[in-house]
Amino acid sequence: MIGESALSAQPDIAAGRLSQAEYARNFDDIKRPLTPQQAPIDASRCYFCYDAPCIEACPTGIDIPSFIRKIATDNVRGAAMDILQANIFGGACARVCPVEELCEEACVRTAQEGKPVNIGLLQRYATDRFFKRGEQPFERAAPTGKRIAVAGGGPAGMSCAHGLARLGHEVTVYEARAKAGGLNEYGIAAYKVIDDFAQRELDFILSVGGITLEFNKALGADISLAGLRRDYDAVFLATGQAGVKALEVEGQALEGVRPAIDYIAELRQAGDLAALPVGRRVVVIGGGNTAIDIAVQTKRLGAEDVTICYRRGPEEMGATWHEQEVAQTSGVRIKHWVRPVRLHGANGHVGSIELEYTKLGDDGRLAGTGDTTTLPADSVFTAIGQILIADPVADGAGEPLDIQGGRIVVNEELQTSLPGVFAGGDCIAGLDLTVQAVEDGKIAARSIHRYLTR
Amino acid sequence: MADLRTDFVGIKSPNPFWLASAPPTDKYYNVERAFRAGWGGVVWKTVGEPIVNVTSRYGAVEHNGSRMAGFTNIELISDRPIDVNLREVKQIKREWPDRALVVSLMVPCDEESWKTILADVEDTGADGIELNFGCPHGMSERGMGSAVGQVPDYVEMVTAWCKKHTRMPVIVKLTPNITDIRYPARAARKGNADAVSLINTLASVIGVDLDTMAPLPLVNGKGTHGGYCGPAVKPVALRMVGDLARDPECRGMGISGIGGISTWRDAAEYLSIGADNVQVCTAAMHRGFKIVEDMIDGLSNWMDEKGYRALSDFQGAAVRNYVEWGELDMNYEIVARIDQDLCIKCGLCHVTCEDTSHQSIAALRVDGERRYEVIDEECVGCNLCMYVCPVDGCITMEPVDNGKPYVVWADDPRNPANRAQAAE
Repeated sequence: MIGESALSAQPDIAAGRLSQAEYARNFDDIKRPLTPQQAPIDASRCYFCYDAPCIEACPTGIDIPSFIRKIATDNVRGAAMDILQANIFGGACARVCPVEELCEEACVRTAQEGKPVNIGLLQRYATDRFFKRGEQPFERAAPTGKRIAVAGGGPAGMSCAHGLARLGHEVTVYEARAKAGGLNEYGIAAYKVIDDFAQRELDFILSVGGITLEFNKALGADISLAGLRRDYDAVFLATGQAGVKALEVEGQALEGVRPAIDYIAELRQAGDLAALPVGRRVVVIGGGNTAIDIAVQTKRLGAEDVTICYRRGPEEMGATWHEQEVAQTSGVRIKHWVRPVRLHGANGHVGSIELEYTKLGDDGRLAGTGDTTTLPADSVFTAIGQILIADPVADGAGEPLDIQGGRIVVNEELQTSLPGVFAGGDCIAGLDLTVQAVEDGKIAARSIHRYLTR
Repeated sequence: MADLRTDFVGIKSPNPFWLASAPPTDKYYNVERAFRAGWGGVVWKTVGEPIVNVTSRYGAVEHNGSRMAGFTNIELISDRPIDVNLREVKQIKREWPDRALVVSLMVPCDEESWKTILADVEDTGADGIELNFGCPHGMSERGMGSAVGQVPDYVEMVTAWCKKHTRMPVIVKLTPNITDIRYPARAARKGNADAVSLINTLASVIGVDLDTMAPLPLVNGKGTHGGYCGPAVKPVALRMVGDLARDPECRGMGISGIGGISTWRDAAEYLSIGADNVQVCTAAMHRGFKIVEDMIDGLSNWMDEKGYRALSDFQGAAVRNYVEWGELDMNYEIVARIDQDLCIKCGLCHVTCEDTSHQSIAALRVDGERRYEVIDEECVGCNLCMYVCPVDGCITMEPVDNGKPYVVWADDPRNPANRAQAAE
C-alpha cells in the first residue's frame, strides 16, 4: 500500500523530460525501411505461391506474390500499382497493419521456418519509392454528373471517395476535424507513421481530382444526414467510433484521468514533443493496440514507470503478440489479471489507482478475487474501447438508421437500412483495422456506383 | 583423416586443389599467399609476349541475391615481361617445393616460339606446363588461345612440339567453345599430351547495359565478348569431363577438372566423374584464398564418412554410370510423394505441374484447408515438383515396384524398330 503522504504528493507531470536527440530517436521509424540492397534479397525469399495464403489473409486482397516479384525484378512501379489498385492506402497499411496476424502470419515461410517474408516492409519499399516519383497513376472516368457526400475523412471515407472519383463522380468529404486522415492522422502511434506521411498520402489520394474536402464539419452538428440525403445522390457514412467508453469507477472524474486516444491525438499533432507534458508514473487501462500505443509513447516521451493493467491474460489481449513485444522491449510493464476499482487523488488530481486481482470463475466468467493492490499514478489513460455515437447519424426525418450493438447495420454491398446511404469502416461491424476500412471504402464505392448507374 | 595427396601425371601436391591460371596466380605475391592459405598447387597465369589490358575487365551475373553466380572476364594473358614471371616462378618453387607449380603458356603458333619459351620455363624448376588453347576472347583474335584449341590438327601439332622440346609434363587446356570436346582431346592425345585440363571459359556476353545500350563489361561505351566461368558453368564442364573420362581414345591421359568449383562437394563430383584433380578460380576471386580450408577439410570429412582413405578410392567411380540415353532403363518407374505433414501449402508443385508438365498434382480444399495431392495415374516421375518444392524432403520420388526388367530403348517393345523386331 502507498502511504498517505505519497498519495497527497503533487502529481509529477512535466514536459521536456528528454533531450532532443532522445525524442528524435524514440519517435523515429520503429521499423527501419528496407534499403535498395535489402529489398530484392527480402523479395527473393517469396516463393511466389499458387493460391497464396497471404492474399487471402489481406482484407484488401493485394496480390502480394505479384508485387514482391516485381520488387525482385526492380519493377517498382509495377509493384506499387499492384498494391495501390487493391488498396489506395497501401503506404499507410504497410506501416500500421498488424501483419503478424494477417499476411505475414499466413505466409508459408511462417509455417516453414517461423520467419515470414517481410511483406509489410516490402510494401512500404514499393510505395515509398513510387510516391517519390510524384506520379499520379490513376485516371478518372468521364463525368457522371452524380454527387456523393462522404461523412468522415478517415481511411474508409477517403478510400470510398477515391474510388468514386475514379469512376467519374464528384465527391464531397465532410470531416469533423481540422485535418483529414482519421486515425492515420490522429490515432496511430507516431513512430509508425513518421514525417507527416499521413498527410502526404492524403495529398496523393486527393490529386486524382474530383474530391472536395470540407473541414470542421461534423455530422450531427454542422451537417445532418437528412441534409446530405437531400443534397446528394448518395451518402457514405464513415464516421468511425467517435466516442470513448467510460471507466465507470469511483474517481474517474479526477484530473489526470484521460482517454488514451485524446492524448495520442495531441501527441500526433504536437509540433514539439518536448513541450508535451507526461507523467512520471503512468497507468494504462486496457489490452488492445491503443493501450500499447499510449503506453509505449508515454514511455518514449520520458515517463519513468508505465504499467498496462489488463483484466485477463496475455492470450486474451486485443493487442497482437508483436505489439505486446514492442511494449515490453520498450520497457513497459504489462500487469495481467487486474481491474481498476477506484482512483485515488488529492486536490482533484489522480495520485494512484486501486486494482483488484481477477481470475476466471468456475463458470468461465471473469471475477474479482477481493484482493487489491494500489499503484501510484500521475496519469491514468483509459483504452477500453470506443463506441459509435448514434445521434449524429440519425436521419432526423423519421426514417430510422438500423444500428445494432453500437454498429450501423449494412448488407454485403455495405448499404444501410436507408436507401442511398452506405456505411463502412469502424462504424460498421468487422475488423477495426485501417486495412478493413480501406476495403470497406473500396467496396462501397463500387456499390454506390452500381446504385447510381442502375 | 583421409589422404588427399595427389600425383597428377607425375606432379605431386598435398591436395587436389589447384588455383587455375588466372589473375589470382599472376605473380609471386598472390601465389605465396595462396600457398600459405593451403592450396595444393598453382597454374601460373599464362606467360607469353606481354600484352596490354583494357579497363574494365570483369562482369558478373547475380542470381536471386547470390553474387557472382556467373563471372566473365576480358583480360588477356600476363601483362608482365616473360623473364619477370619466370624469375618469380623459380623463386616460389624453391620456397614451396611440396606444392605443384605449373606454368601456363601461350605463344604464337610456330615451333621456334614454343621451343624457346619451354627451355626458359624448364630452368625455373616448374613441375609442368599447361598449353593455353582455351581463351575465347582477345588472344583468339591474334591467332592464339581458342583459335588453336578449336582446330584439333593445331592442338596435336603444338602439343607434339612441346613434347619434343621439354621433359616436363604437358597439360593441354581445352576450350569448351566447340561442338564435341572429344576431338581436341583426342588430338592432344595423339600429340602425346600427358593430360588435359578443362574447361576454359565459355565465349559469352554476360549482359547488356540498358542505359548505354552496350554489352558488359563496358569499356568506354563498348563491350566485347568475354570468357564465362563460375558456378553457372559447372554442369557444362562436368559433362565434358565425363565425356573424356569414358572415351576409350582418351584413356591414359590425366584430366584436370575446371569450371565453377566452389566447394569440396563440387570437387568430389568432378573427381567422381573422372577428373584427377581440380582447378579453382572464380570462388577464390569471390571470397579470397581461405576457401581452400573448407575444401580440404570438407572433402576429408566426407571421405572419412564414406570410408574412402585415398582419392583413388572414389576417383572415377561415377564414370561407369555415365551412359548414353540409349542405355537407360525404359522400365524404371517413380512417382511423386508429398509428405502432408511437411507441406507448407505454397502450391508450387501444383501450379508448375498444371501449367508446364503433366497435370498430376491436384489442388484441393479440405475443410477450407489447402491440400495438394499427387494423381498417381498421371505422374510420369519427372522430378519437377521435387525441385520446385521449397521444403527439403517434403516431395520425394518413390520407386514403383512394377516387376519389369531393365530394358533399354533398343529392346523396348514400344520402339517400332526394336531389336527383337529387327531380328524377325
